[in-house]
Amino acid sequence: MQVTRFLFSPIFKLLRPLKRHRLLQIGLAIVAAHIIMAIICGPTGNPDDPYGITRRIPPYDPTKSYREFPRLAPPSAEHWMGTDHLQRDVFSRVISGGWAPIVVAFSSIAISLTIGSILGWISGFAGGLLDRVLSLTMDAIYSFPSMILAIALVAVMQPGLVPMIMAIAVVYVPTYFRVTRAEVLQVREQTFVEAARAVGAPWRRILLRHIAPNTVNAIMAVSSFNIADAILTEAAMSFLGYGLPPPAPDWGFDIQNGQRFLQAGYWWLITFPGLMILSLSLGFGLIGEAVSDLLNPKRRRKKVG
Amino acid sequence: MGSSVVKYIIQRVLLTIPMLFILLSTVFLMLRLMPGDPVLAMLGGRNVSPELIEQRRREWGLDKPLGTQYVNYFWRILHGDFGRSSRTGKPVIKELFRRLPATLELAIWGIFFAALFGITTGIWAAVRADRATDHAIRIFHIGSFAIPIFWLGLILQMIFAVQLNWLPVAKRVSGIYAYTFSPITRFYLLDAIILRDWKLLLDVIKHLILPAVTLGIALTGFLGRMTRAAMLEVLDADYITTARSKGLKERVVVLKHALRNALIPIVTVLGLQFAILMGGAVLTETVFSWPGVAGFLVRSLDARDWNAIQGTIVFIGIFITTVNLIVDILYSIIDPRVRY
Repeated sequence: MQVTRFLFSPIFKLLRPLKRHRLLQIGLAIVAAHIIMAIICGPTGNPDDPYGITRRIPPYDPTKSYREFPRLAPPSAEHWMGTDHLQRDVFSRVISGGWAPIVVAFSSIAISLTIGSILGWISGFAGGLLDRVLSLTMDAIYSFPSMILAIALVAVMQPGLVPMIMAIAVVYVPTYFRVTRAEVLQVREQTFVEAARAVGAPWRRILLRHIAPNTVNAIMAVSSFNIADAILTEAAMSFLGYGLPPPAPDWGFDIQNGQRFLQAGYWWLITFPGLMILSLSLGFGLIGEAVSDLLNPKRRRKKVG
Repeated sequence: MGSSVVKYIIQRVLLTIPMLFILLSTVFLMLRLMPGDPVLAMLGGRNVSPELIEQRRREWGLDKPLGTQYVNYFWRILHGDFGRSSRTGKPVIKELFRRLPATLELAIWGIFFAALFGITTGIWAAVRADRATDHAIRIFHIGSFAIPIFWLGLILQMIFAVQLNWLPVAKRVSGIYAYTFSPITRFYLLDAIILRDWKLLLDVIKHLILPAVTLGIALTGFLGRMTRAAMLEVLDADYITTARSKGLKERVVVLKHALRNALIPIVTVLGLQFAILMGGAVLTETVFSWPGVAGFLVRSLDARDWNAIQGTIVFIGIFITTVNLIVDILYSIIDPRVRY
């Protein structure tokens, strides 16, 4: 018993804030639901059964036009979210369309977090000319509208999953660079770093053992908001036609398709995919809100923020 | 204006030059060094003859070594020469300047609606801190961050244009004005006032509402949270207690004493949100067929019009740097604390 408590104590520690924090609970629940849905209903990697239709989840193949289905039928008992112009089941497409945004958002943020924070540590720690040049470059990219840059980059490459990940990753590197660099500059001046230096610790040890861990909180607070933002960017890319190649289900692309039928009043084509994007992004936004609340004791005390 | 203002402005302008140089170099490198061949991507990548690829490469100057391309790139930017758009056949720079007023008009009214929604809800939330109203408003603010802006635009179109038929679906003016109305400044609102054509003015306003609200929502959450935080800070201050103890009405205390001071940091960051606004404009202009700069970029991307793509990105970069510069200078004149 003691041993298990000890082994899992980091997990208990992580779960502790969950008890009090309503926003965190709601955010995590939304995100968990989306991830589970993406795992069950997303692509299976099996070429004979790409969307797990044999398991009857989702109800129909999201990529397939069924001849027996009505065209552009409103939601009904048979088709909960109606059907589209290609006689596909909108519900099946909606529940399997989350895979792309989730994969793109997580991978791109993982890449930019790694590159950005390593550059931030080095730049903040080393100072001098390197820091000047890196900071100016990062500021330059940062000042440019990230949505425009990401869309242009993905369009210059071929559309698809990997280009989307790379384009979004590039755009968010400066965010992490700035956050970590600012933290490093603060931490660097503190007495425990001075002490480490005084006892003759090598710079690599100071950077990795003393400075880097102290920047993790700030990085964590930023990354949930960034994932929320990356999901919107992915959706925008696929809305503009630079996402997964059709007929793969992707919410943004489905909204683009639905746009053509908007004036005819076929509301279900755009409403449901949009609500999915909104809820997924909102889930990460709530987590981000909660994390920055928890990490910022000043805000917690005053109940501000 | 003392000498310190002049000194600050000179410093700020000089700092802009390396910033701009680095920004434009980064744009250049990104467009060139991203994996994948831009020429192939532009041509669609399927069954393209090698001759055509070679021809395009030469046309766009992509056959030369990277260093030469880099020098040419800056040379042309310095001369305001962004090449010709292969889609419209006109010089890219002309296309951009022709479309800029549309984007600016949209952006200005976007900021207006963002301020309207954001600041009022922010004040309200701060006054009712930690009560149900506050929680509801905070969720609204987080939600406005999370909403896909293109989807919001479509939903608003669906409700107010298609279902209720109150407002037009898209474009800047109705079809009947497309041939009779010749714009002067290309700020249609201003043009309608100059021409004293009140029917046109009403038409322009009607067309402006949905896109401006859509774009405004993109900034509402940000502004609302800033306002709430700033108001909470200010409401704690001693002079607010003094004002209250003088027996002033709560409304006067909040709106006159607190808000005025809370607005200083808000206005400061507002000017720097132009980048977010331009990002939102890409999607808003696409959804509402708004003939602006950002929409031009999307159509150039679709048409794989290389000169127009590169030119528009450079243009937006220069534009945003300039706006940030002007905003900074204006603040240094208004608020002396900025200079130190």
